[in-house]
Amino acid sequence: MTTTLQLVLIVSAVLFSIGLLAALSRRHAIFILIGIEMMLAAANLNFVAFWRFAPQPQPPTGVMVAIFAIAIAAAEAAVGLALVIAVYRHYRSTNVDELDQLKG
Amino acid sequence: MNIAAFIVIAIVTLSGALAAALLPRLIHAALWLVVTFFGIAAFYFLLGAEFVGLVQVFVYVGAVAVLIVFTILLTRRDADKDHAFHWSGAVVAVAVFAALVWTILRTPGLSVAASPVEALTVRRIGEVLMTDYVWPLQCIGLVLTAALLGALVLVMEEKR
Repeated sequence: MTTTLQLVLIVSAVLFSIGLLAALSRRHAIFILIGIEMMLAAANLNFVAFWRFAPQPQPPTGVMVAIFAIAIAAAEAAVGLALVIAVYRHYRSTNVDELDQLKG
Repeated sequence: MNIAAFIVIAIVTLSGALAAALLPRLIHAALWLVVTFFGIAAFYFLLGAEFVGLVQVFVYVGAVAVLIVFTILLTRRDADKDHAFHWSGAVVAVAVFAALVWTILRTPGLSVAASPVEALTVRRIGEVLMTDYVWPLQCIGLVLTAALLGALVLVMEEKR
């Protein structure tokens, strides 16, 4: 028995669902960011897996997309965490349920 | 590809992710997230994309995890008050998981084994980055600069 594309895709689906669970169920803003990072990592795993299991030789497109996605994820994490700090300064809280000033 | 190594790495990665998602203390979750990132890097090594694995360790473990820990320290007063858990989120996550697995299992042609591949050297990646992907590379530089400047502006103390 060898590793198949299906197996990698299922692992990445589990990782994506765990990220979604963290992003939707937790109320702390940093937990939501952790969940988003996990979902991005699952997507990257899919890119690399599809590149690896495609008929070879293959231009390294999947690898390139994964590298660019990692760079975008780093930018997203920096801005997201800066937003968490700014919100904390303003509201003295990072619980997203308490940030309801825009509520009608 | 080695199935035993794959299963071990999958168990480590997914249990790390589960701990990061469910543990009540934020700092524990951040440290388990580091385990998850290492596991994903190991997956990249197993899949023959060593450079992506290294980038994953440098960027995620070296930068993102440290950023998360620093943010936890800076918002410390709040860090341990989070005991609320919304079960509706779990229901949505399970539904999405079921849909994804159903789609994967129903798609034909996915149970292919990996064909042998020539090693993807850093030299080749550098050549591709400097020829086919030179404009995306410049754009990503701009995006990163703008994002870091934006992050700085967001956290700067307001002048009184």
